[in-house]
Amino acid sequence: MTNAITARGLTRRFGSVLAVDRVDLDVPAQQIYGFLGPNGSGKSTTIRMMCGLLKPSAGSVTVLGHDALTEAETVRMKLGYMTQKFSLWDDLSVRENLDFMCRVFGLTATMRRERVAARIKEYQLDEFCGRLAGTLSGGQRQRLALAAATLHEPQLLLLDEPTSAVDPQSRRDFWEKLFDLVARGSTILVSTHYMDEAERCHRLAILDHGRVVVEGAPKQLARDIDASVVEVECVDLPAARRVLTGEPAVLSIAQLGSRLHVLIERSLAEPEREVERILRGRCETVTIERVTATLEDVFVAATALRGDEARAA
Amino acid sequence: MKWLQRMLAVASKETRQLLRDRVTFGLIVGIPAMQIALFGYAINFDVRDLDAVVLDQARSSLSRQLVGDLAATQVMRIAWQADSADEFDQTLQRGDANIGVVILPDLERRLADGAAALQIVVDGSQPSLENVAQGLAAMPILRRPGAALQDATSVAVRVEYNAEKRTAVQVVPALVGTILNITMVIFTAGAIVRERERGNLELLITTPVSRGQLMTGKLLPYIVIGLIQTTLILALGHALFSVPIVGSLAEVYAGAALFIAATLALGLFISTVTKTQFQAFQVAFMTMLPSILMSGFVFPFDGMPRVAQWIAQLLPLTHFVEIIRGIVLRGAHLWDMPEQVAKLGLFFAVMLTASVLRFHKRLD
Ligand SMILES: Nc1ncnc2c1ncn2[C@@H]1O[C@H](COP(=O)(O)OP(=O)(O)O)[C@@H](O)[C@H]1O
Ligand SMILES: [Mg+2]
Repeated sequence: MTNAITARGLTRRFGSVLAVDRVDLDVPAQQIYGFLGPNGSGKSTTIRMMCGLLKPSAGSVTVLGHDALTEAETVRMKLGYMTQKFSLWDDLSVRENLDFMCRVFGLTATMRRERVAARIKEYQLDEFCGRLAGTLSGGQRQRLALAAATLHEPQLLLLDEPTSAVDPQSRRDFWEKLFDLVARGSTILVSTHYMDEAERCHRLAILDHGRVVVEGAPKQLARDIDASVVEVECVDLPAARRVLTGEPAVLSIAQLGSRLHVLIERSLAEPEREVERILRGRCETVTIERVTATLEDVFVAATALRGDEARAA
Repeated sequence: MKWLQRMLAVASKETRQLLRDRVTFGLIVGIPAMQIALFGYAINFDVRDLDAVVLDQARSSLSRQLVGDLAATQVMRIAWQADSADEFDQTLQRGDANIGVVILPDLERRLADGAAALQIVVDGSQPSLENVAQGLAAMPILRRPGAALQDATSVAVRVEYNAEKRTAVQVVPALVGTILNITMVIFTAGAIVRERERGNLELLITTPVSRGQLMTGKLLPYIVIGLIQTTLILALGHALFSVPIVGSLAEVYAGAALFIAATLALGLFISTVTKTQFQAFQVAFMTMLPSILMSGFVFPFDGMPRVAQWIAQLLPLTHFVEIIRGIVLRGAHLWDMPEQVAKLGLFFAVMLTASVLRFHKRLD
């Protein structure tokens, strides 16, 4: 199967800021591909280069077989883009916004009526189709934006943090829609900073400081994590944290609720023993056990460890 | 077909947004109404009841008749009759009178010789009064043989200026141009920048809409608005100042449409070179002042320095003022003024092309 998006050495600078740093990507068709990364990691910049909105400082990106920069207009016909910030018109009604988007995509009057009616129904916009977009709630706006991005039935959808500012129920509903779209043959690239959303993607790339630090299917990433995960439950979590910090075998520590997830050098055969040894006598523990890695651990390992490497280098 | 469809999509979106924006919509009607009232009355030389001091040295029946004529214009009210030159000067110096009229002793002989027999003295510190003097100079009653004017401030009062026509008649047609210039540039200067500021531009430029479609689509609604304003100004001018339209109304609209397109293109260009609406309005204002000052609307074109005249040639308002005065006041035809029409067309083409070239469907 051919790739929907291929990037090679994709780089973008803003003055002295290196926003995207030599990114290589292969986004397979008819799947949901995730970009997971903290704010400022270069997700939006990468997506904008795919839309031909920003010129790469180096490297290139091919979208649906066309160069995103030189053949931007061809790409744009086949592409649906949902910007990070709501970018439909606040002073147009839901229906007017949809109608306008149909017209600029060159749909005929009959098709326009059909598509607008279909999207309004599909995305439960009936109740407020006469309301100005500026008066909608976060979830309603997001549905409108997705409806608008799919009007011309694009092969590829680029969604930039579509679920920020949306409640959990709306987020679940939104993902249902994405799976429906993929089932009908679309390819979706979605950026997020929610772990649970990243977990739903067929594949994902974790971005940090403009670089792709790990890439693969979520399950596989958890299996391949470059560390062992030890879960610590104890009375005084901050104390345990202090004791563990700086130990050579400990790669990173993250708190998950009332437990600590401690990432330990993979080379150690019995990582839980090592943690026990460190904590013994210095901190009252309840349980120490080895667990399978979550995507969160993968993320922490990828971002924190790379950060260390970068600092060491 | 698709080209037109996309362009019209942009135009109708723009119109919808415009109609919903109460403030802007208010400006469409408000600016012309306010400006015509302001300019019309302020620049109008029919200033009423200025306090005048008269020094009648002739004391003849003719001199009394002249003074009566002046008073009858209602421009001045004869507040003081001075008995001596000293008293006359003091009255003016104290500021009790804004304007002084001196009738020389040998009035009849001077009139017979064709020499100046009447002096109008205005306060040079109040520039607006110079207009009054100019206005008075144009009064038919003073255009008797030999009655020339001088003024004591050595500011040349040009007897010929505005000789037959009242100022309002001159001002209102030119006002069409000035008001259109102001509103059109302001409206479109914000057009692209507004999309950028509100965050709509990123989506808009990711659609297949082309630069040309976007630019023309943004202009179209304002051409209609400009023509509505033209109608409003001419109607108000007719109602308030009895400004006639001698020439063809169709040509007035055709000329106005061309001028509107030219100023809109200028506004659009400003919109593509600025980053925020605030910047856009600043630049828009920068282009307006020279337009108003140099187009021959406020100051007579001939009296301007050479450099100013050159700059004026670059301003669409200059050419439009000539066109509209020609049609409205002289009943001229557009084809009588091919040079002005061509210059406006050229300005439009250059500005629109520059805007399209300046604008890229990219964020960087
Ligand atoms: N237009 C811009 N000008 C200057 N710096 C920018 C611009 N856009 C993004 N950046 C910088 O590039 C980096 C990556 O930003 P972005 O791609 O928006 O990250 P993300 O979407 O992952 O939050 C950040 O450091 C940001 O400040
Ligand atoms: Mg972003």
